[in-house]
Amino acid sequence: MATYNTSDFRKGLKIQIEGEPYMVIESNFRKPGKGNAIYTIRMRNLVRGTVLERNYKGGESVEAADVEEIEGQFLYRQGDNYVFMDTSNYEQYELSAEKIGDVWKYLKDGALCQMVLFESNPITVTPPNHVVLKIEYCEPGAKGNTATNVTKPVKVETGAEIYCPSFVNMEELIRVDTRTGEYIERVKE
Amino acid sequence: MTSLHDSVDWQPSADWPVLRLRAELLRQTRNFFHTQHFLEVETPLLSAETVVDAQIEPLGVRVGGGGKKYWLQTSPELCMKRMLSAGGKAIYQITRAFRGEECGPLHNPEFTLIEWYRVGDTMREGMDFLSDLFRALMKTSEAKTISYRDAFLEFAEIDPFTTDAAEFAQVATAAGLAVPAQLGDDMDAWRDLLLLEMVMPHLGIGTPTILYDYPASQAALAKVRDEPIPVAERFELFYEGIELANGYHELCDPLELEHRTAKANEQRTAQGRPALPQSRRLQAAMEAGLPPATGVALGFDRLVMLAAGKKKIAEVMTFTLDRA
Repeated sequence: MATYNTSDFRKGLKIQIEGEPYMVIESNFRKPGKGNAIYTIRMRNLVRGTVLERNYKGGESVEAADVEEIEGQFLYRQGDNYVFMDTSNYEQYELSAEKIGDVWKYLKDGALCQMVLFESNPITVTPPNHVVLKIEYCEPGAKGNTATNVTKPVKVETGAEIYCPSFVNMEELIRVDTRTGEYIERVKE
Repeated sequence: MTSLHDSVDWQPSADWPVLRLRAELLRQTRNFFHTQHFLEVETPLLSAETVVDAQIEPLGVRVGGGGKKYWLQTSPELCMKRMLSAGGKAIYQITRAFRGEECGPLHNPEFTLIEWYRVGDTMREGMDFLSDLFRALMKTSEAKTISYRDAFLEFAEIDPFTTDAAEFAQVATAAGLAVPAQLGDDMDAWRDLLLLEMVMPHLGIGTPTILYDYPASQAALAKVRDEPIPVAERFELFYEGIELANGYHELCDPLELEHRTAKANEQRTAQGRPALPQSRRLQAAMEAGLPPATGVALGFDRLVMLAAGKKKIAEVMTFTLDRA
């Protein structure tokens, strides 16, 4: 099993603690001049997002996490599962609705996402920061009203509801920020 | 296409106002030692022997066609003590030192030390001199002093000399410290953890503080004073919770040096570190007669950092290792 030594500790390192994958977000080295060094790392659980801090004595080792980042293309939904394909080798992966979380809102067929695999199992899916979605249903647009502070709920092609300025209309395309879930702009075909 | 100057760290990590302050502090340091009648000396950075310390990793360099291994000095102490045996009285230098494994906000593998020795000084006199130098450079008040034991009693509420590993573990857990898994019954590792986490943050806040009378097991090359619980005549200066200087009332006994070097090498081997050569030349100098003296090493980068109100030594060094 691959391991990392305290001297390998740095931001971005992926390690495993009690069977769960973590990514180091901060690493610190402290040492009394003549004494024992303490390596402190803060790390984020790659599945749950929680943050953990641990101290290590110089020379200690930790298990490396078999974590891989791939580009996954969303293929289709099957019951409660979402099916993706690794674009580099056509390998298919399924994620449950629970693991997908809010991401389903931005998944239209063929969407290219960043996926993280832990021991060959998908643990997270991140859609592109911006996606373009078609409006499937909304109240008619208020012509001439270009104010962006008056919003209305809009149902897009994925079935999600996005708040948009009141001037948008059915069949139009909108750009959405997937990190905030907010409307950015209208997009021409 | 991105140009090289946008993608490569070519600029210094310190800005010019800080570098001017650094130069000014160097000038004041030299001036201080000059007025105290110290002689500025220079000793080799590459040397066949190096301080044998369980927790400091020197960098080895192959020199010449035969490939003999020399060591980049982790401090200039071996050569400076040899100079005392050869008649030096009060000597100092401002030099580079190298420590292989040390990278962090307060560590760079290559750094600057001010190191000095004065023959005849007791530990107390050495502490006073350190306080005077620090005051002159940093415009602080006189340093407070507190023994290692009293500092632990005050800030961690344990006696660092009589407490066992299980009690250390209890105190650490009660204080909510993240305890490394592999401390075992290594008492000095426990002491260092509590020093870093519970004691140091309180040392030198507003007023520089000198910690003295270290555990005998952490004597390094300091004299050990015989008492019911023997203590090392070693002292360290802290300011704003940061360790700045380390001093010894110097060990002068060549047999004890041989013994401590062998012991440090045993500890190194046990930790999987390579053994280092015996300090034969220093031992010979001690046999010839190393006069009683006190010596101190002060980390100049950290001093500049504190003087400039910065948080990382990278902000006061021209080029740290990551961009050197």
